[in-house]
Amino acid sequence: MIRAENIFKRFGQQEVLKGITTTFEAGKTNLVIGKSGSGKTVLLKVLVGLFKPEKGRVLFGDTDMVTADKDTMRRLRMEVGMLFQGNALFDSMTIEENVRFPLDMFTHQTLKEKTDRVNYCLERVSLEGVNKKFPSEISGGMQKRVGIARAIVLNPKYLFCDEPNSGLDPKTSITIDDLISGITKDNNITTVINTHDMNSVMEIGENIILLEKGELAWQGHKNEVLHDHNKIMHDFIFASPFLQKLIDQVQHKI
Amino acid sequence: MNLNLVYHFGNFILWQKQIYKRPENNRMYYKETIRQMYDIGVGSLPIVFLISIFIGAVTSVQFYYQMSGTMIPMYYIGYIVRDMTIIELAPTITCLVLAGKVGSNMAAELGGMRQKEHIDAMEIMGVNTSAYLIMPKVIAALLMIPVLVCASALIGILGAYLASVPTGLFTSADFIKGVRSFFVPYNVFMMLVKAFVFAYILTSVSCYQGYFVKGGSIELGEASTRAVVYSNILILLADYVIALVLTA
Repeated sequence: MIRAENIFKRFGQQEVLKGITTTFEAGKTNLVIGKSGSGKTVLLKVLVGLFKPEKGRVLFGDTDMVTADKDTMRRLRMEVGMLFQGNALFDSMTIEENVRFPLDMFTHQTLKEKTDRVNYCLERVSLEGVNKKFPSEISGGMQKRVGIARAIVLNPKYLFCDEPNSGLDPKTSITIDDLISGITKDNNITTVINTHDMNSVMEIGENIILLEKGELAWQGHKNEVLHDHNKIMHDFIFASPFLQKLIDQVQHKI
Repeated sequence: MNLNLVYHFGNFILWQKQIYKRPENNRMYYKETIRQMYDIGVGSLPIVFLISIFIGAVTSVQFYYQMSGTMIPMYYIGYIVRDMTIIELAPTITCLVLAGKVGSNMAAELGGMRQKEHIDAMEIMGVNTSAYLIMPKVIAALLMIPVLVCASALIGILGAYLASVPTGLFTSADFIKGVRSFFVPYNVFMMLVKAFVFAYILTSVSCYQGYFVKGGSIELGEASTRAVVYSNILILLADYVIALVLTA
């Protein structure tokens, strides 16, 4: 479980996060949603310790990431996996080397043990036979899956995904969502996903956190989305004219 | 502007503490150091060879022009070329050129990694990126640049020979006599001190510019340019200070 308490973050004069307090639960897919510029990515970077907030605490269990010294933070980060929006795969390394990198750096396993683990993780994300390829030789969806494989190779307790579906077609997006959701359940990971994708919200949103202008505007389960009348949430989730028409038609039939 | 300079100087000093920390995994650092040694050493050999041979050639021809018709014996040209190459030209010109080649390359590589979030990805894995990405580069440069400078000195003297003896400016015996006259081993020590100091300057300054780059491709280009310009200025300044200190 991760708990963010009263997080304030500003860049110059611009206050980006204004007192966010929320809990990201273990074994659940926690989705952070909101308009562009609402502070989602900043919140994610504060959670993983890439940005230091002006005020507030980020508790990973009992450890406060904000006040932790560098060694504690490094230890804690070994329990964290992250999938970046641009994948952040190392171009000069093969897929196998990319996924193996955390194992090479932090474990003293034999090459065989590491290769077995890499193969297991690649199989887990349904990627086989790409070990020797370079990131530039595979598709965007496959790169995302490699990113996920690398993020889970050290068996993390916490998984962060920044816009995992950006640039992917709807079908591949669903595959990625299912994958992340499955890994979360199987390993009881605390997963935080930053997304714009409404399919993800309705499919895997077990704990949805809506940000609006740096503040927490709404929080709830995907099942509550259709019944709750929070205006900000409705305006955001049903912003698409297609969805709006669909809802109008359903209501008309009822 | 001045405050900015103070900020970057302070940040640079504080950053050094992060770079020289105990590696998470010695084998990974060793592998990266070897890779960097190959890139810096073997990768820079052609340009160092080309520059050194012309430096030597031009020095000998220019000195012949200035000294011919004077009472100074011709073999002095060999002596002057040798000492000029060892004390000044080999370490300084080689490192100025390497600041352009190696320094800008390092700044661009690290800046690209920063922009593609590779550095953030490593940080989140728990890697001390300042150490893993910078320390191998600095160690590789400290090991390879003095070797390149020594090679440059030898090639420079060879260039001087090739430009003057076969063209009949003076005899081979004169040149060799000059090269072997008044040899002071301390000058080689001075050359190596310069090589080490310049190697450290050009790698650490360039890495700093790349590692802390912000923004997009324009800023990356600017960082790469700054890496070369600042390295060159600091190399020239250090050259003067070393000359003052070691010849006092």
